[in-house]
Amino acid sequence: MASAVIPANQAPKLNYLNNGHSLRSWLLTTDHKRIAVLYLISVTTFFFLGGFFAMLIRLELLTPQGDLMQADTYNKVFTMHGMIMVFFFLIPVVPAVLGNFLIPIMIGAKDLAFPRINLLSWYLYIIGGILITHVMLTGGVDTGWTFYAPFSTEYTNTKIVEAGLAVFIAGFSSIFTGLNFIVTIHRMRAPGLTWDRLPLFIWSNYATSLVMVLGTPVVAITIVLVAVERLFHLGIFDPRLGGDPLLFQHLFWFYSHPAVYIMILPSMGVVSELIACFARKRIFGYKFVALSSVAIAVFGFLVWAHHMFVAGISLYAAMIFSFLSFSVGVPSAVKVFNWTATLYKGSITYATPMLYAFGFIGLFTMGGLTGLMLATIGIDVHVTDTYFVVAHFHYVMVGGVLMGYLGGMHFWWPKISGRMYPEGWAKLSALFVFVGFNLTFFPQFILGYVGMPRRYWQYPPEFQVLNVLSTAGASILAVGYLLPMIYFLWSLRYGPIASDNPWHAAGLEWKTTSPPPTFNFEETPVVTWEAYNYDEIPDKELEAPVAR
Amino acid sequence: MEHEAHNPALLHHFVDAQQQKNAASLGMWLFLVTEIMFFGGMFCAYLVYRLKYFNAFAAGSQQLSIALGATNTAVLIISSVTVVLAVKAAEAGKRKVLVGYLAVTVLLGLTFLGIKGFEYREKFERHHVPGPTFQFTDTFDDNGRQIPVDSNEAQLFFSLYFAMTGMHALHMIIGCGLFSVLAVLAWRGHYSPGYFTPVENAGLYWHLVDIIWIYLFPLLYLISRHS
Amino acid sequence: MSGQVDALYIYLLLVAGVMTALIFVAVTVLAIKYRRVRGREAQQIEGSTILEITWSVIPFFVMLTFFIWGAVLYFKERTPPADSTEIYVVAKQWMWKFEHMEGQREINELHVPTGQNIKLIMTSQDVIHSFFVPAFRLKQDVLPGRYTTLWFKATVPGRYHLFCAEYCGTNHSGMGGEIVVMEPRDYAQWMAGGPAVPLQETGKQLFATLGCATCHRSDVQGRGPNLVGIYNKPVLLEDGRTVTADENYVRESILNPTAKIVNGFKPVMPTFQGIVSEEQLNALVAYVKSLAQPTPGSAGLQNEPAASPAQTQKTQVQ
Repeated sequence: MASAVIPANQAPKLNYLNNGHSLRSWLLTTDHKRIAVLYLISVTTFFFLGGFFAMLIRLELLTPQGDLMQADTYNKVFTMHGMIMVFFFLIPVVPAVLGNFLIPIMIGAKDLAFPRINLLSWYLYIIGGILITHVMLTGGVDTGWTFYAPFSTEYTNTKIVEAGLAVFIAGFSSIFTGLNFIVTIHRMRAPGLTWDRLPLFIWSNYATSLVMVLGTPVVAITIVLVAVERLFHLGIFDPRLGGDPLLFQHLFWFYSHPAVYIMILPSMGVVSELIACFARKRIFGYKFVALSSVAIAVFGFLVWAHHMFVAGISLYAAMIFSFLSFSVGVPSAVKVFNWTATLYKGSITYATPMLYAFGFIGLFTMGGLTGLMLATIGIDVHVTDTYFVVAHFHYVMVGGVLMGYLGGMHFWWPKISGRMYPEGWAKLSALFVFVGFNLTFFPQFILGYVGMPRRYWQYPPEFQVLNVLSTAGASILAVGYLLPMIYFLWSLRYGPIASDNPWHAAGLEWKTTSPPPTFNFEETPVVTWEAYNYDEIPDKELEAPVAR
Repeated sequence: MEHEAHNPALLHHFVDAQQQKNAASLGMWLFLVTEIMFFGGMFCAYLVYRLKYFNAFAAGSQQLSIALGATNTAVLIISSVTVVLAVKAAEAGKRKVLVGYLAVTVLLGLTFLGIKGFEYREKFERHHVPGPTFQFTDTFDDNGRQIPVDSNEAQLFFSLYFAMTGMHALHMIIGCGLFSVLAVLAWRGHYSPGYFTPVENAGLYWHLVDIIWIYLFPLLYLISRHS
Repeated sequence: MSGQVDALYIYLLLVAGVMTALIFVAVTVLAIKYRRVRGREAQQIEGSTILEITWSVIPFFVMLTFFIWGAVLYFKERTPPADSTEIYVVAKQWMWKFEHMEGQREINELHVPTGQNIKLIMTSQDVIHSFFVPAFRLKQDVLPGRYTTLWFKATVPGRYHLFCAEYCGTNHSGMGGEIVVMEPRDYAQWMAGGPAVPLQETGKQLFATLGCATCHRSDVQGRGPNLVGIYNKPVLLEDGRTVTADENYVRESILNPTAKIVNGFKPVMPTFQGIVSEEQLNALVAYVKSLAQPTPGSAGLQNEPAASPAQTQKTQVQ
């Protein structure tokens, strides 16, 4: 196998990583790649924090009785798990880490449109993160990440206003990132790079950014109203004072449903890149895949009340939202079919990123189909607010978003760090993740259908076996997540040095060095080729390193 | 990469000044869209409760001063005119005129805030501020017929009144700050016919805050006013 | 009904299973069949519009079957039969309180007979809860400030889990109970087991003690509308709207009288918010529902065609 080690006389030149070593040069950087790395560190920290809470949940649920911690503590644990994972991991991860790093390079620009606002976005994320950490350390919040009124406005004694402020600030991080991406993609494409030549990763992030920009302000104002009601004892959502608790739910879900598309769309973009590269061909139905991203973003705004089928909305409203929810499933299905069709007559290899892409297709299909089952109102009445829903969203968020992210991290790791990760260990981790994930969450579908509600600290003994299986799976999954932490860090020092294009992939990011120089390109490229021009790229042996 | 003579305001990640201007413009328009979505949530809550508690909303609205509200509306509309004139002055390279109009805009903005503060104080004195001190004994004057309204419902009206005008006032304060900074920079000669993008974009922001008020005024002040 | 839910579920599982299997098999087969082989290049295929349309339209129609079957089932789930026996439910942190029409009260256990349509009229005293009986495949959120309903017909005697399914605080997972389904004979026996005042009797007493009868008279036109026969009938409001006098309307009229003022009446009714408990409200609502049709000729409501304009004029007092 061709070695990926570069001879000494071609040792890495000045690049974005070694262009300035002081703390100041990192903390006051406006280089989108450094900001991406800053995000990588902070997002990963929050992931493990959220994961720690997940571990506590699964440990408590090993036994039917609440014996590991008190009920109040458990309620805080699952709330913090949800809040951290949703607002501080899933929403930012792919856009802020991979999007920030790759978007300017993929379109041939030197940076995003507003680099200082990009840095501001990271600081807003950090401030929000510090606040939420402070909340955690001083008692936590116990409303569930959905903080429904009137429990959150009148009945709980925990730090809702502070937690709300943390999410509010982190929300602006999201809004500014989306704004930055939209302007960059519209205004800063290299000459010749027309919309129909853009990589699908760009299309997905563009659609995501639309959702970020339009949806996030609504949850921001919802948080403001909750805080104001709590602080001044107003009655906006309190029925005793003339308010309507359902108004809260409508305002909350108007953002929080599109939010899940913020999470999944960028990962779908990653998967498109991975499949094209490792099948050595252009994605089948490029136009349809590109437009389906935008369709998902738009339709995603029309379905929010499917979270409220049993909440007390009218019969007819429920039926309308059910119908619309099915409609949003069509573009997602179109993507899955196109990815599968891309494999036909491809030239497929099985590097770790591709394994994650395969995993994504399978698990996202299952997650999406169970979503359709939830959209079927007659069934939803039974399974909503049970572990069936928990299983569904973990399939799409972990089996979907996280798999896509891990696949992307492995794929672009040589570009980001200049090093290759150890392929053997990576494949092993992927296996752990896949097996552990299914063992954790598949039993939860069954648990939900037989009646175990969610957010339960204790449960009837007949549910124990499935819970034990789930916890066992979680421990395997945890190993699958810890291993990459270890070997990615290891590779920074000991990994083989990567060439400019170890995967022989298409895309402008592979035409610059690994890692790229601060301004991305020596000269602004002029694009005269279509995306995924794998027919023009020699099909050399992939440069996977020798595992040590 | 040679450095051709270019405007010192050109940032290096842009290819040319036109790209920078287009980017800044699109960025500001997008930001304004987020502001509309932000206020939109409150407008939604307002809509729901006005339909549900019309009488109480009308009674509350009738307690607001139309004179002050209309004055403020006029003040803001005039300030939007001064903003337009400031942008034109920048385009024409008239530095002193530009500074003048920016300063007048700030003054008008402060006038708006002053009148608003006066209104808020009056509400405080009459116990119309939502919370533990809230008291509402006025009725809805429906063409002479006095309809008593529920105190909690009236409190909802005032909650939304303070939330919406308060959030708007916050944006006004930010706008005044922004324009003050612009005035100082303009005085120092930062803007020229070749580069006045910040003035334009800040102008867009001001216009949006103005338009939001133009919606707030009738919705809050003019419910069921007949004579 | 639970059988119907399971039937739909099995259909969904089958379709989902087939879809999943298809994708898994397709990906696996293609991934193996087209693995990289030296000398064979990948074939660049742009796409196929026909295929795109096919695999958009066919899944859409399959989804349509999900939707229609689900919607029909949902409609049945949400439409209580007219002959349903009503039971009032009050949820609070962290228990379920039940009141049968005959007056029996239960906490966390609900006894019902087989073969009878039961309609639960539910409200919460504090936060949002959710009434969930897995065996019945039914769930309905229980909200403060209004009534929501859920109906079922139990067919097999036994004890079935009742769970709260909307997170409501510390003891959310402890807020459970049982639905005890009995043969009608056993149920009758259980009902007779203790003294109980029928719910509408309690309501009638409250109606008197709280002074409702002062204004809401059924003999002559009082300061308030005659409530006899109003349940589930349309009511004309003074702002021109027409609403139906259902449970929520009656409840709102007691707690928030100025929200909907009946045409021709003045807004003089005081609010009873904070004065009546949820159980008392249920009793009053039950009482109002029980009031029969008015006899012709008596002072009726303005919305009744029998009330003549002249009579309306006369009743517009002070």
